[in-house]
Formats: sequence, C-alpha cells, structure tokens
Amino acid sequence: MADNIVLEIARYAPDRDEAPSFQSFEVPLRKEWVILDALNYIKDKVDGTLTYRWSCRMGICGSCGMMVNGEPKLTCATFLSSYGKNATVRVEPLRYFPVIRDLVTALSDFLLKLQKVKPWLIRKDQPPLSAGEFLQTPEQLDLYKQFSMCINCTLCYAACPVVGLDEEFVGPAALALAQRYNLDNRDQGSAERLATLAHPDGIWGCTFVGECTRVCPKHVDPAGAIQQYKLTAALDWVKSFILPRGHEDTHHVAAHD
Amino acid sequence: MTDQMLINQGTTDQAARSEFHPRWYRERVSTWWWLGEWHYLKFILRELTSLSVAWFVVLTLFQLRALSHGLAAYMRFTNRLASPIMITLNLIAFCFVMFHTITWFNLAPRAMPVRMGGKRVPEFLVAAPNYVLWIVVSAFVAWLLLRTP
Repeated sequence: MADNIVLEIARYAPDRDEAPSFQSFEVPLRKEWVILDALNYIKDKVDGTLTYRWSCRMGICGSCGMMVNGEPKLTCATFLSSYGKNATVRVEPLRYFPVIRDLVTALSDFLLKLQKVKPWLIRKDQPPLSAGEFLQTPEQLDLYKQFSMCINCTLCYAACPVVGLDEEFVGPAALALAQRYNLDNRDQGSAERLATLAHPDGIWGCTFVGECTRVCPKHVDPAGAIQQYKLTAALDWVKSFILPRGHEDTHHVAAHD
Repeated sequence: MTDQMLINQGTTDQAARSEFHPRWYRERVSTWWWLGEWHYLKFILRELTSLSVAWFVVLTLFQLRALSHGLAAYMRFTNRLASPIMITLNLIAFCFVMFHTITWFNLAPRAMPVRMGGKRVPEFLVAAPNYVLWIVVSAFVAWLLLRTP
C-alpha cells in the first residue's frame, strides 16, 4: 500500500555506450528518504552496477552532487517527498563535467583550477615561534568566513553557463576560495594570486549570472566574492598607473602589527 | 602523463583513448543554452536591457539635435515620437530599463558589502537607499513635468 516514486537515472558505461541513456527505477517513497537513500536502495536491491559518489550523507563532504530535474543538488540533502508521489525524478551527473561512468564526473580539471589560485596561507615572512599564534578578532574572521564554508561540491560549476561555454574559466568555487585567502589577514599572498585572478579566465570571465550563489548548499555566495574582487582588481590596476613603483600589496593588515 | 594531458586525451571528441584511461563522455553546450532554463533566460534579458539604455541615449541625442535646429525641427521630432510605433517601442524599452534598474539595485549589495560596527549590513538595507533615491528623483521629475507653467 506504500507509495512509490519513479527515478529516471542516467546510465553510461564507457566500454559499452556512445552516449548516456536513461533507465527507470521504482523506489519506495519514504517520508524521510533523500535521493541518496533511493540510489543506495537501487544499488542494494535492484541494480548493483549503478555507480555514483557519496560519503558523509549529511551535506558536508560535497561528494554527492548531481542534477535532479535539471537543478544541481546535493542528493543527500534533497528529499524524495518534495517531488510528489506521481512525479518522475530525473537524476543525471553534474552538468559541464566529463562523465566517467553513470553519475560519476571527472573532477581533475576542477582540482587543477583550484590549485592554480593557491588556496592556502602564503607568508612572506615567518615570525618566530616566540611571537605566539596569529590572533584574529571576530571582525577579522567575519571578513572571510562566509567564503571559507565551501565544501568543493562543484554544484556552482554545474550552474554556471560560463563554465559550460569556456573550458579555461577558473570557476566560482576556486575564485571564492582565492578571495577567502585574500581577505584573511594572516595571508600575505594577494599579489601572487593576482595574475591568475585578474585574467580573462579568472574573475573577468564572470558575467554575474548569479546562478552559482543560488545553488550553493553552504551559502558561500561565490558571485559576491568574484564581484568584490573585481573592484579590488580594478582599483589595483588604477594604482599601478598612479604609483607604478610604489605599488604595494595593500590588501591585508599584518596580524602582528 | 600530466593531468591536463590525460583530460585532453580521455574525452569523446578526441578519438584517442589510452589503455588505462576510459572514454569520458563530454556533452557539447548548445548555442541555445540560455533558453534551457528560466534563470538563464532572465540573465540574458538582463544583459539585453543594455540595448534599451542605448536606445534612450540615442533618442536623447536626436532630441537635443532637433532642439538645436529650432522650433520647427523640434515639433517634427515630437510628432514622430507620438506615432504608435515609437510609443510601443519606447514602452517596451522603458519596461526593460525598469528591469535593468531593479536587478541592478538588488545585485549592488552583493558586489559591495557594507560593514558597520564589524558586522555586515543586510542586503535589503543596502539596496533600499537606492530605491528611495530613485523614487524621490522620479517624483521631482514628475512634478517638474506635470506642474502647470
């Protein structure tokens, strides 16, 4: 007597298929189930060859991102019941990424782009240990905290049309993470990141569509991060004309001042 | 093999496929990508509002030119503006410019975060003064145009 729901899932086996096709599965519509539960049910009881990524099942690891009815979503955070009992739920791999198999995408390109923006604390000087830890006030933390919430789920890449149209575009998450370090007052590496960021494939590739911010499950607001850096980069460019030699990295305040 | 070389080799648009690398499927993004989703269409319409802004700039330039050529020229210009086609075009352009203004005001706080007392001011409070100023200026212009001389 229990209700069921139909999932239409993209299947692709590289040794067998030229292009992905859809396979329908009927799954119990349990009130507390998310799409990931349905996928696990299918893999357990119906078709063990279904291939997909997942890990924490609680929206923090960023592994289970997929297109659900055309929207990039974390499948561990999307309830089956929000689609209604007679609905068909279409599950596809994240858009704009190469598909390795079924619902698994290739992330190597994203990881290369992430590496390019140097998302780590860069120091020009190393204070002695005797100087103690870097202390940060809540206000200094608040400057970059929102951008540090990124879980690298790449939902924003699936939402961004520029990512789809331009393979070289660095992308929302990488740019937001670069800004997270630029705004961290412990970091002294803004000048090192400038060349990658203030580039047609960096922030200037972004046209502020805003889809990345809309789909982000952690409310990182990568679009905001990019626009803010556009202002910084533009001012920096102006400064490089006015003070070509005295041009200094003014983006941070050293923590030990 | 570097990662980049593996990526390039593995996708379906290149026939090459190594023994240890499967053939990844890569979908081509259609030229009509922006019709596929309402949010994308809204974005393209927002960008197209620049054409409406340009239209009003050009119209104003022609108006100034007509003004500088004397009363007869200006009357001819005004009469042309009153034709049904021009009114329709201007109404459509006006709607687009409204859309442009509203989306611009709503996005501005995203690009310029305002901080007071160490905390971030909520977005609608940053957008609100823009709207208020817009209404005030519009009311003033309306008063200028509608008052009896």
